[in-house]
Formats: sequence, C-alpha cells, structure tokens
Amino acid sequence: MIETSRPDTRPIVEVRNVSKHFGEGETRVDALRDVSLDVRPGEVIALLGPSGSGKSTLLNVIGCITEPSEGKLTLEGDTVYDGRWLRDDLRKLRLEKIGFIFQSHNLLPFLDATDNVAIALDLAHVPRADARKRAIELLDYLEIGHRKSALPAKLSGGEAQRVAIARALANKPRIILADEPTAALDSKRAGIVMDLLRKLAREQQAAIIAVTHDEKIFDRFDRIYMLRDGRLESESAAVASA
Amino acid sequence: MNLAWRDIRHNLGRFVMTCAGLGLLLAVVMSMIGIYRGIVVDALTIARAPETDIWVVEAKSRGPFAEASRIPGDTRAAIARISGVEAAGALTYQTIEAGVRGRTARLYVIGYKQGAPGGPPVMVEGRHIARSHYELVADRSAGLEIGERIRLGRTTFEVVGLTSQQVNSGGDPAVYITLADAQKLQFDLDPAAARIQLARGGSPASRETVNTVVARLAPFADADTVAASIRQWKHLGAITQTEQEAILSQSLVDRARRQIGMFTGLLLTVSAVIIALIIYTMTMEKIRHIATLKLIGAPDSRIVGMIVQQALALGLIGFALGAALIFNIKDFFPRRVILEADNVLLLGGVVTLVCLLSSALGVRVALKADPATALGG
Repeated sequence: MIETSRPDTRPIVEVRNVSKHFGEGETRVDALRDVSLDVRPGEVIALLGPSGSGKSTLLNVIGCITEPSEGKLTLEGDTVYDGRWLRDDLRKLRLEKIGFIFQSHNLLPFLDATDNVAIALDLAHVPRADARKRAIELLDYLEIGHRKSALPAKLSGGEAQRVAIARALANKPRIILADEPTAALDSKRAGIVMDLLRKLAREQQAAIIAVTHDEKIFDRFDRIYMLRDGRLESESAAVASA
Repeated sequence: MNLAWRDIRHNLGRFVMTCAGLGLLLAVVMSMIGIYRGIVVDALTIARAPETDIWVVEAKSRGPFAEASRIPGDTRAAIARISGVEAAGALTYQTIEAGVRGRTARLYVIGYKQGAPGGPPVMVEGRHIARSHYELVADRSAGLEIGERIRLGRTTFEVVGLTSQQVNSGGDPAVYITLADAQKLQFDLDPAAARIQLARGGSPASRETVNTVVARLAPFADADTVAASIRQWKHLGAITQTEQEAILSQSLVDRARRQIGMFTGLLLTVSAVIIALIIYTMTMEKIRHIATLKLIGAPDSRIVGMIVQQALALGLIGFALGAALIFNIKDFFPRRVILEADNVLLLGGVVTLVCLLSSALGVRVALKADPATALGG
C-alpha cells in the first residue's frame, strides 16, 4: 500500500468479520464469508472477482442496502451494524454519508445535468437556489459546467458519468461506492474518470471503494482486493501514485 | 423540485395523448350519465308541462304514461266543479308516425282543450292554437317549421307555433293539437271499418273519451284530500303530481335507469382498470430511477408523492378534457343529454378516488423496488 501523508488515518470504513448468506439448508448461499476491510480517508480501493464472488454484496453491505448476517460495520467511527442495524433511518444515513456511482450513470432522464446533481441536495432539504448553485459549482469542478442544461440523453457517456459523480459528491459524503464506474467508457475516458475520483479522494479525504473488472484502470487504485467465493482472498500492492 | 411534473414535462406528448384517451373514455361515462338525466327529465317534462296538481285517470290505472287510461270526456266538467279545483283540462296522448319531408318521424301527439291546463307550456316561435281544428304546435326537435303542413292520420295540420324541450320518455317530440282533433285522430275508425261496424248493427264509436283529466287546485286546497274525493267515483282514479312523478321516474324509466347505471358502472370500472394499468406501466418504466432515488436517500413519501401526483394529474386532466368534449357535443346527440353540475362534480370526485386507488398498484411496486437494483448485479 502506498503511504501518503494524511491528516486523519483512522478508517472511514471498517468492515469486521462480516458474513452474508442467502437462504437456508441446502439452498444456502454464502455470499460473504468473514470479510474484514478497512478503508482510510483519501484511499481508492478496488474490489475484483469473478461473477458471483460477492463484490456487489459487499458494496451493498457497506452502502447499508443489504443487511449482513453477522459481523460489524462502522462508518466514520459510527457503528451502524453489530449483529443488527443500529440505525433506524438507513435512508438518511446513505443520504448523509455515502455517495453512489453506478455502472450506467443512472441519471434521471427528465432532469437536466444541474438538477440531476441538485436532486441529491434537494433530498437533504437544501433550498433550491443553494442546491442549484452547489450543483453548478460541482459541474464546473468536474469540467462539465458547459453542459449544465443538457438532459442525460444529450450527454456522452463520459459526460453523463461525470454528472453522476457530481451527484454522488453533492452532499459531501466521505464514502463513495462505485459499481463498475468505467464500464461504459472507453479507455481514455475511463482514465479521466478514475483520475478525477483519485483527485476527489485526496482533496476531500474521502474513501472510494470501486467494483471493477477494468484492467486498464488498475493502476489508479491504492489497493486491490480479490474476492472469491465470498472471501476476501488477497490484497495486491497499489501501483498508483498520488 | 417536483419530480412528477418534471417527468410529465419530459414525456409531455405521450402524457397528453394518454390524458386525451382517458378523456374520451370519461366523456362516454359523462354522456351516459347525461343521457340518463335526460331520460328522467324528458319523462317528467311532459308530466310537469300542464302545471297540474292531480291526474284523474281510469280506475285502478297508473296512467296515462305508465299504463293505458280512458275516461269519459265529460269527466273534465265534473272535476272542474269539485271544491278546491281551480281549473281542469282534458288530455289525450298517443304516439304516431308521420311523414315529415320524406322521412318518417315519431311524434307524441297531445290533444288538449284550449283555454284549459295541458297546452304547450312555452312558445319559442309562432303562436298558440287559435282555431278549433287543423292547427298544430310542435316541439322544435320535430324539425317542423312555421307554416309547414303535416298529415296526421287522415287530417292535414298546419304548424302555427313551436315549443321546446317537450318530448316524451322515449325522446319523441311532442306536437299539440286541439282535443277534438286528437279525439278524432285517436278514436275514429277508418271509414271502411266504420261502415262494416254499422252494417253489423253496431253503433258508431263515441269520440267523447279522453286519457286523463288534469286538475289545477286553488292555493288553499289539499291535493290528497281532493284526490280522495275523486276516488269516490268508482270509475275514476286520482294521482297527485308527486305520485305521478314517482311513477314516471321509478317505474317508467326504471329499466332504462338501471341499464344505463350498469353500463356507467362498467365504464367506470374499465376506466379504473385503464388508469391503474397506465400508472403501473408508468411506474414500471421508472423502476430503475425509483431504485436510484431510494438508494441516494429519497424517502418513500417523495416517491409515493410522485406516483400519486401523476395519477391525479392524469385523471383530472383526462376528466377536464372529457368534460370539455361532452359539453361541446352534447347538443348533437339525438336525445337530450343533461349534464348537471352536481353530477359532473360527483364524477370528478369518483375519478379522483379511482386515481388514488389505481395508483396504489404503482405505489406498491415502487415501495417494493430494491435500491440494490440501481447498483446492478
């Protein structure tokens, strides 16, 4: 792992001995087995593994979408799961702490780029004018401000993914979960998006966890984990530079 | 940020077309309600036209509209002499088919005694019947014009006046002629038939028969009391105006009312199913976006609100389009279509309720949407 100077090195995401199984008896499927993982501020890590290895399940557990069967999950020092959910309002927790980036951007087709970003702020009850202002700032930061009034259908894949990243960052979350963030992009644009995520991680001291199969961007991660049959098997050294 | 409106605006063309389709369906529902109201009003119009208090009919008959009734023509004079009766008129009613400008028209012929209750209530053109014979006042819907001549039975009449909104429960336009002419039309035998009857030793049939006598009471008179005194004549029956209207609305048009009511209920059910399917389809098309919204922290209330608002917008815009359509074309229907504000508002309420119930299907799907589906496998 590359050691970089960080003001706070306590993990933002702490996954301890988390297991998740679906079904019981003969139909039981162990999606995650005793998985432990720490992600610190500014880190960008990748989860690799074949289909069905548990990558998405782990992402869903960290995103408080799927309830683990056992283990402990702590986000920003706040233990949210320890044998059971300790927070009643997981929706609010996701809104405040976690940003999501999707494989196929998942922008709302009836909102322009600005409002696709502003919707995340709107849900957090930020006044509309302030939400739009912050959205435009984010779009400018991601160098897509010139497309702020475009509907998703009019955006290229790379542009749409940058709008999606802006939406994920709107509420300044310190945990960003990305599911195949570059799958729909060519190698050049995939590189640009990953550089952008790395920049964000550094500047905002956020932890980024990405599921990917894209070998072209492996060098952009601080650590790469391999999941196989629900076990976090290996951790490869990062090759990225800060 | 109103997501429902933004989504509608994004697919405005499709939404408007959906509203228009629903509007057409609701226009049919409204027309059925209007036709029913028209039937009831038409049925009552003829009964209300004489502005009478008591209908004197044949004993044990519920005539002259629901059942046949024939009473002696001199009954009018006897009724007019009863204490409390201000005026009395003798009337005949019969439906005939007559040739009008090359087509066959069904006409509801009302014979009345001039100067007594029972004549045309309002004149919109021309004048009342002034002569004793061969003049006719017609409802405007008969399509006749002043001065036009029309043959009823073996007699030719001249149209001297036009009235309006005077039709029977079947929608046939009323024409008014003098009582004498009406009795001749209704009770005279064909000359050949009359000759045969005479040859067989029979006597000529009397024309001095009417279908009913209507009595208008003085302000101090009680209708039930006067009716009771009339019933003392064993050959006569008496029906108050209230009873006559009840007979017409509950008996004469009851089958039509139930028929139309059932059809209207069926149409409303079809509308509800269609609204539910539209909302369900609209929700299913957005299910990934709904999952995304849930994932990024949208509360259920926001998602439910979006679906319910769209359902209400669909229903109410469709209702408004349907109402606008039916209000503009109702006069082109062959029968009277009466759209009363309270009926239209009630239907609006029903549509709103149907939309809310129909959206429940979409809401259920949306609430069950797993946020994880936004992330993919």
